[in-house]
Amino acid sequence: MDINAILSNGIRAAFGPQAAAYALLAVGLNMHYGYTGLLNFGQVGFMLVGAYGVGISVATFGLSLWAGVFVGIVGAVALALLLGIPTLRLRSDYFAITTIAVAEILRLIVRSGPARDITGGPFGLQGIATEFYALNPLPPGSFGVGPLTYPRNTLFVLLVTWTIALLATLLLIGLMGSPWGRVIKSIREDEDAARALGKNVFSYKMQSLVIGGVIGAMGGVMFAIAGSTVNADTYQPQVTFFAYTILILGGAASRFGPLLGAVVFWFLFSGINTGLRQAASQGLLPDFLSASGSTGAIALSTVGLALMLLMIFRPQGVLGNKREMMLDA
Amino acid sequence: MTARLRAVVLALLALAAVSTMAAPALADDVSSGDQPLLIAQDAEQGLTGTLRDDQGEPVPGVTIVVRTADGADVGTAESDDDGAWSVPLDSGGDYQVELDESTLPEGVSLREGARNPLEVTVQDGRTRPAVFQLGEGAGGRGQIEAFFRALANGIKFGLIIAMCAVGLSLIFGTTGLINFAHGELVAVGALLAWFFNVGDLRIQLLIAALLAVVLTASFGGVLERGLFRPLRKRRLGTFQLVVITIGLSLLIRHVLLLFFGGAPRPYRDYVGQRAIQMGPVQLTPRDMIIMAISAGVLIAVATMLQKTRIGKGMRAVSDNRDLAESSGIDVDRVVLMVWILGAGLAALGGVLFGSAVSVDWFMGFRLLLLMFAGVILGGLGTAYGAMLGSLVIGLVTELSVLWFPSELKFMWALVVLIVVLLVRPQGILGRAERIG
Repeated sequence: MDINAILSNGIRAAFGPQAAAYALLAVGLNMHYGYTGLLNFGQVGFMLVGAYGVGISVATFGLSLWAGVFVGIVGAVALALLLGIPTLRLRSDYFAITTIAVAEILRLIVRSGPARDITGGPFGLQGIATEFYALNPLPPGSFGVGPLTYPRNTLFVLLVTWTIALLATLLLIGLMGSPWGRVIKSIREDEDAARALGKNVFSYKMQSLVIGGVIGAMGGVMFAIAGSTVNADTYQPQVTFFAYTILILGGAASRFGPLLGAVVFWFLFSGINTGLRQAASQGLLPDFLSASGSTGAIALSTVGLALMLLMIFRPQGVLGNKREMMLDA
Repeated sequence: MTARLRAVVLALLALAAVSTMAAPALADDVSSGDQPLLIAQDAEQGLTGTLRDDQGEPVPGVTIVVRTADGADVGTAESDDDGAWSVPLDSGGDYQVELDESTLPEGVSLREGARNPLEVTVQDGRTRPAVFQLGEGAGGRGQIEAFFRALANGIKFGLIIAMCAVGLSLIFGTTGLINFAHGELVAVGALLAWFFNVGDLRIQLLIAALLAVVLTASFGGVLERGLFRPLRKRRLGTFQLVVITIGLSLLIRHVLLLFFGGAPRPYRDYVGQRAIQMGPVQLTPRDMIIMAISAGVLIAVATMLQKTRIGKGMRAVSDNRDLAESSGIDVDRVVLMVWILGAGLAALGGVLFGSAVSVDWFMGFRLLLLMFAGVILGGLGTAYGAMLGSLVIGLVTELSVLWFPSELKFMWALVVLIVVLLVRPQGILGRAERIG
């Protein structure tokens, strides 16, 4: 076993563009789940809308990247309204079910044959981020310290993505310190009490859904730019649950929890994956565990187990406050 | 507490261990499927193919004639019970393969625009496949038939979804928990039955199904006793419990992927049946039995809920947990029975779905969305609502295929879901107070 390779792969993934995009998803989810108490199981739907907003605008209609980003954000707002209007007046169960279903249906639609002219169907769209990389101010080559070395384009996209994630975090900190944020938290604690004080709970929840959704969509935008491609199979429902694991690992309703969670999660996920692949290639695993594709399955079942154990034994995560996480529907 | 969790983990591992043995069986399966090809290869070169209709059912008894390019007959073959045919050839070259349309069974014809005869080039020493695309009969009769076929399919899938969804709705009614891992119980049942039926054991499907249902029901009981009851006693919030079911579903789903692999698998029994014409509907005996079993089981469940002590207890706890508890009902016992019943029904639904289509590791999640739609349409928390709503969802998804691409049929279930939430959020049989 090459411990060095495991560690350096883990570290590279922990700060890579993918971790940064997932951090954005988790920051958005923190708005929904952590602060407002909305059980959004369809965060991947916002991510998909952001990514395909860019992809379709640029690759299918030949618009500029910035128009694409705008389309992605408008799409996320529209999705939030579509999800929120029928469900936010109802009990949270209905919201949870509808979000997971809508996200999966969106994936089926963009993946389907009839949508192929627009979304590329099962093949997705390519070459959507040329404009973005043309802006790269870094000289050719690779930069970094030790294992934290990235090629110039990767470094550029990861810096931009982490900057957006940090800005989104600061935005939430500002919002949560404001009177608006106190109403949001009071809705999480006791919806009826907030309503009794004359607050329009539905409207506040909707605003929270839109803000968190747009942040999630930015995660999708940056994810699409990082790979310069969109493909429906990226946006599986488990992406949402990765974001939940990240959020709960870092600490829901904590300020920097989602960012820390993303770094820790991707360090562990990538490290474990590398370790498993090494073990498989050296014949250390039983046959059925080393077949192709099974390292992914092992890693994903580990995520599921980790999510359960975290929720049972440390629902406040690393940075959270346990009192904030005793939510009831 | 920790001991119980350990018990759950052990149970999961045991389940995993049982399924490991399924892996070697795969190899057998592949080689037996290739047999016609192997026979043809003995003759060094030839033509081969498998005839299937648009439902994927094999079409037996069809004559295939092979001629050389200048029209001389070199061989004929008749498709066997698996729809397979092969014609050995003396040498490579250009051939014409003609399907004798008069030997096609009623209701099956060549798809419009399909070429017949096919012109193929066979190389020396190679077996070449020739594919005929079969579809339903053409003309106005076809449309009416397609409608009735979709109707029958809709009822069949509706009944299967209903069976899976009853447990989901009852668990919600009695504990307030939405079990996102319910789809995985369906998949566990279906794949266990596959393991018993197709794996080394080769048990007849009915017995394999029974074993799978019993095992999955016990698994449901273990989950409640070992995981969810202790967590409820620890006063975990509903949100936390819901996220835990999500983690559980992710765990089970990928353990299934690990042991059964990613490809869809059919069962060994009741495949390749010929449809029987009954009035306007064509159904295979298998589909009739599936519908009969699911309707019978649903009626039995309804009777149990209506007549037996435990059934009344389930309804009482769903209705008002505190009132039920204070009138002397052992709520913990009722909830345990609900989990066992729900998991068993889910497993049976999984086996029937697997028998009608095929089984794969992801089937649980796909069905879960349909179950959700059915449960909400019928009224969250009610058993009869779940049955009624699921039936409607089954019909909507299957009938949509008549007018819209079948890839998008699940979308229509969701459209129904959203319309219901806008118009009558408590569902058909739910009470308005529940949704607050």
